Amino acid sequence: MTDQNSQAELVRQSLKRRYRKERRFRAYGIAAIAVALAALVILFTDIIGKGHTAFIKTTITMDVAIDGEMMYLDDPTDERQMKMADFVEPLIQALIREIPGADQNDKAAVRDLINPYASNQLRDALKENPDLLGTTQTMTFLSHTNVDVYVKHANDPNYSIKLTEEERAWVDTLVEKGVVETSFNDVFFSRGDSRDPSRAGILGAIVGSLLTMVVTLALSFPIGVAAAIYLEEFAPQNRLTDFIEVNINNLAAVPSIIFGLLGLAVFINLFGMPRSVPVVGGLVLTLMTLPTIIISSRAAIKSVPPSIREAAEGIGASKMQVVLHHVLPLAMPGMLTGSIIGMAQALGETAPLLLIGMVAFIVDVPGGFFDSATVLPVQVFLWAGSPELAFIERASAAIMVLLTFLISMNALAIVLRKRLERRW
Amino acid sequence: MNTMNTTVTSETDMPEEKTIPVADEQPAEAKIEEGTTVGHPFSDDPKFKLRNVEVFYGEDRAIKNISLDIGRNEVIAFIGPSGCGKSTFLRCLNRMNDSIDICRVKGGLELDDEDIYDSRRDVVELRARVGMVFQKPNPFPKSIYDNVAYGPRIHGLANRKSDLDDIVENSLRKAGLWEEVKDRLDATATGMSGGQQQRLCIARAIAVSPEVVLMDEPCSALDPIATARVEELIAELSESYTIVIVTHSMQQAARVSNRTAYFHLGHLVEVNETSKVFTSPEHPLTESYITGRFG
Repeated sequence: MTDQNSQAELVRQSLKRRYRKERRFRAYGIAAIAVALAALVILFTDIIGKGHTAFIKTTITMDVAIDGEMMYLDDPTDERQMKMADFVEPLIQALIREIPGADQNDKAAVRDLINPYASNQLRDALKENPDLLGTTQTMTFLSHTNVDVYVKHANDPNYSIKLTEEERAWVDTLVEKGVVETSFNDVFFSRGDSRDPSRAGILGAIVGSLLTMVVTLALSFPIGVAAAIYLEEFAPQNRLTDFIEVNINNLAAVPSIIFGLLGLAVFINLFGMPRSVPVVGGLVLTLMTLPTIIISSRAAIKSVPPSIREAAEGIGASKMQVVLHHVLPLAMPGMLTGSIIGMAQALGETAPLLLIGMVAFIVDVPGGFFDSATVLPVQVFLWAGSPELAFIERASAAIMVLLTFLISMNALAIVLRKRLERRW
Repeated sequence: MNTMNTTVTSETDMPEEKTIPVADEQPAEAKIEEGTTVGHPFSDDPKFKLRNVEVFYGEDRAIKNISLDIGRNEVIAFIGPSGCGKSTFLRCLNRMNDSIDICRVKGGLELDDEDIYDSRRDVVELRARVGMVFQKPNPFPKSIYDNVAYGPRIHGLANRKSDLDDIVENSLRKAGLWEEVKDRLDATATGMSGGQQQRLCIARAIAVSPEVVLMDEPCSALDPIATARVEELIAELSESYTIVIVTHSMQQAARVSNRTAYFHLGHLVEVNETSKVFTSPEHPLTESYITGRFG
């Protein structure tokens, strides 16, 4: 009896210890998650805090008198005249009219408020419609980046305002009058890179990324899945296949910049493919993504229950039919998930693309697989390295766009997995 | 040979705790002469002619020199303790062992006087003739219709949709499943009960009109009512098919089979009319097994 009592007592004590251990372990887990979440929150608030203003542009709306005499222009269809004509003067005059207290002596200062490319806009408008000559039009132009920074960040000590006291006062009045306005920055989403932050956009990088991803997906998914099926279903088990398997696993751990070097040496130097083009970028990223896809596809194939295979074989399905009709459909969700995660990795990859020249300053939006292009993460890299805070702001905005793409890709992976998942 | 005998004896010694009276006469009588089978292993009209069959898993000899005939349209039951090789032997009959790399089969195995393991033999054609039903119901995760129609489709047995519909209906009727599922042929097969799934697997196997149906413990995962249904089904199918059934349930063997083969440690010990095996077995090992002394 006493023996039993003391034993029960022992068990009770050990139980207490076990529960304490469990509680402690749970606390560790919660703490770890809290740290991770905090890091995530800090990251997001920093990026969004820095970048959200990039989604706003500052514009100047004014009545421009398109005066031929002032512009030394009497025939807008004459190319030579158009080249020589002065498109800046009408803008300056229009703005001087809007600013109370400014006169012809302030021309240089007023000119500093207008975006240097605004005159191009006027020229293009005139080229398109020569009848505008001699009329007065209400037109909207981008402001100078300095004005943009002043309007958005006047109270931010991090930003240096490059406007004189007088200019600041002018801008303040213009804002009050509604001549200078802020609106959604469509320029950011509709243009390529630029030396002028106000006119720099990420469309070029987005299209470059898409083209690169198309090449990567078109190559790596079929090759990866085919390799996985062969290795898992058809390959004999011998030294050679073991060797291949080990090497695939090793490749998955190779730093991505090595793939960049390989791409530079093989695709560009050996095969003579052009630099900075999405095709080469896609090829390099294919090499980088293949191991991920092969490994996840093999795992997906392995997880197909052998009973399904046996059932099909028992009816007389050939090896190929077993694979195509049963193994592949059942393994597809896993393969897709692996591929999308591989794609997401590739989308965020910078290092290998630097080496194949996708880091070049490219203004045009690429139109095809062989056009010079850059990609989103490289664009972030380029802007983040710029000394101008207006570019840093755009880098943060580009990060937000990149993250949006990545999150939607991962969400797609989850949705696909849930929808295609079959139970057996 | 001697080593073989010692293993056998030690095996029979083990369950002595359960058995009380005959324990001491066991070791003396429980000898197996390799390659000899008591009873009537041969048949006048054999579907399968199996001679001196040996199966190796790597170095392990899982089947030791077995000779047996399986008659046309008979139901033969393979019984024996776990690991005695009856499933391995069954899977030789339609070469399901092929997918196991380390498995080798020796000896003469003939189906209608044609060598099963001939290298020129098309295994797909063989399996179309010798269907199989597995221990665990394993329907494809597709609709009921597609499950049954899969075999006819891959073998090109039906050219028109209406032909295929007929095959599916007939197979399901033969499997006694038609009335239960005719309104939901498009429902996914994995949503059915275990017994229904197993009958679906039988329907799937007979949809390609095989000559032989191999059943590897088809009822071990089913409840008694579902088991009864499947057994009825076997009785009905025995009119037109040769059926080889592996079972752990001696009652089941007694109920469904014409002949019973008793396997022990890779040997085929005894083959006889089922009634004879269960009433007056010739071999002492068979007797020990059916009286529940081991297994």
